[in-house]
Amino acid sequence: MKPAPFAYSAPESLEAALALKAQHGDDAKFLAGGQSLIPAMNFRLVQAALLIDLNGLTGLAGITVTNGELHLGALARQRALERAPAVARSAPLLAEALPLVAHPQIRNRGTLGGSLAHADPAAELPVVALALDAKFKAASTRGERWITASDFFKGLFTTDLAADEMLTEISLPALPARTGACFMEFARRRGDYAIMGLAALVTLDEKGLCQSARLVFLNAGDGPLDAPQAAALLTGQSLTADSIAAAAHAVDSEINPTGNVHASPEYQRHLARVLTKRALAKAFERAQAA
Amino acid sequence: MTNSHPIRLTVNGTSYSRTVEPRLLLSDFLRHELGLTGTHVGCEHGVCGACTILFDGQPTRSCLTLAVQANGHALTTVEGLAASQKELHPLQQAFWEAHGLQCGFCTPGILMTLVPFLQETPNPTEEQIREAISGNLCRCTGYQHIVDAVKLAAEKMK
Repeated sequence: MKPAPFAYSAPESLEAALALKAQHGDDAKFLAGGQSLIPAMNFRLVQAALLIDLNGLTGLAGITVTNGELHLGALARQRALERAPAVARSAPLLAEALPLVAHPQIRNRGTLGGSLAHADPAAELPVVALALDAKFKAASTRGERWITASDFFKGLFTTDLAADEMLTEISLPALPARTGACFMEFARRRGDYAIMGLAALVTLDEKGLCQSARLVFLNAGDGPLDAPQAAALLTGQSLTADSIAAAAHAVDSEINPTGNVHASPEYQRHLARVLTKRALAKAFERAQAA
Repeated sequence: MTNSHPIRLTVNGTSYSRTVEPRLLLSDFLRHELGLTGTHVGCEHGVCGACTILFDGQPTRSCLTLAVQANGHALTTVEGLAASQKELHPLQQAFWEAHGLQCGFCTPGILMTLVPFLQETPNPTEEQIREAISGNLCRCTGYQHIVDAVKLAAEKMK
């Protein structure tokens, strides 16, 4: 229950951190909040030759809004985001999901970028990022590039980041007009890993019919799982109990929950249907008020 | 790259300078290097909350932080709560009076979680209290007396 030995460096600039990563590649790990990495190292599920501690790079923790787009530094603490008025205003879906991420003690250290780069299929933040079509800025000594959310998540604990790249910024576009969003999950206790959960987005047209919808699930596949076919059933429809129930039913053929010690796959599927109905109804209500 | 690092930090108002191996957890540093054994070690993967301390005023799992990361920071442990050896902090006094502990293993982590909570939420509802301690496991009390103790502490601290 103690980490295996490793070397440690706390660079004082982004350039120095990237140079170290370029030099050591997969043998080095970035240490951000450490709330997933350190337990994994304590269990010796992860061993790294070198930890590059990013906590001194406070310039990477910014929260700014430019032209309606929310720009979040990868090192922004989850607790800081949870309390930021700019996040509540510009990304209410993120604000709704953040209090569900573990416990306050964990969110005080845990970072947005760390959770996204960790890409745990049970985590809330990757689901939010995919549902909002976030863009991810990756930096390396070779330069910078932006990655779309659908390209970023590559599967179980896997992202598009190369061995020499660091996730430095996440950009969340402004929601279209008449859009409502809702994040909902079910966990046995507050702060536990959720058994099932989703982000639902609904955009209405001028007549109040559904112009587009988005449903993204946690714990339903090997990463944040999009259910585009179920969501497409709502396009052009008025959102009634019947149309919502039809979409919730259709989710079943797109998700692939595998079950765990707390829940069978059947129970996860049941929860997905129930939560989809509730989250869509809430997102619809919010879209009408938007 | 040398594998021992000099660190300087403040714990309960006292400055310390030590040299640490990077893999030394902050929880073990507090207990073994500084002898502050009030910080308890339960699960070492962030679930039980027994090792919660204040890191720059914020409740943090000391088992999920490396000692080397505390360089330049100010920590508070349960030893730093009471103003002197002769009295208890009002929160500790409330736990004593309301029987908010039995074996006491989880208590330091719960106290360190609750100090900033009560500063931010001076009149907590039962639901808020239960949410605040959701990251701290207690195997003895069933939590009811802990909730009672927090309500009592909120009254005392007004």
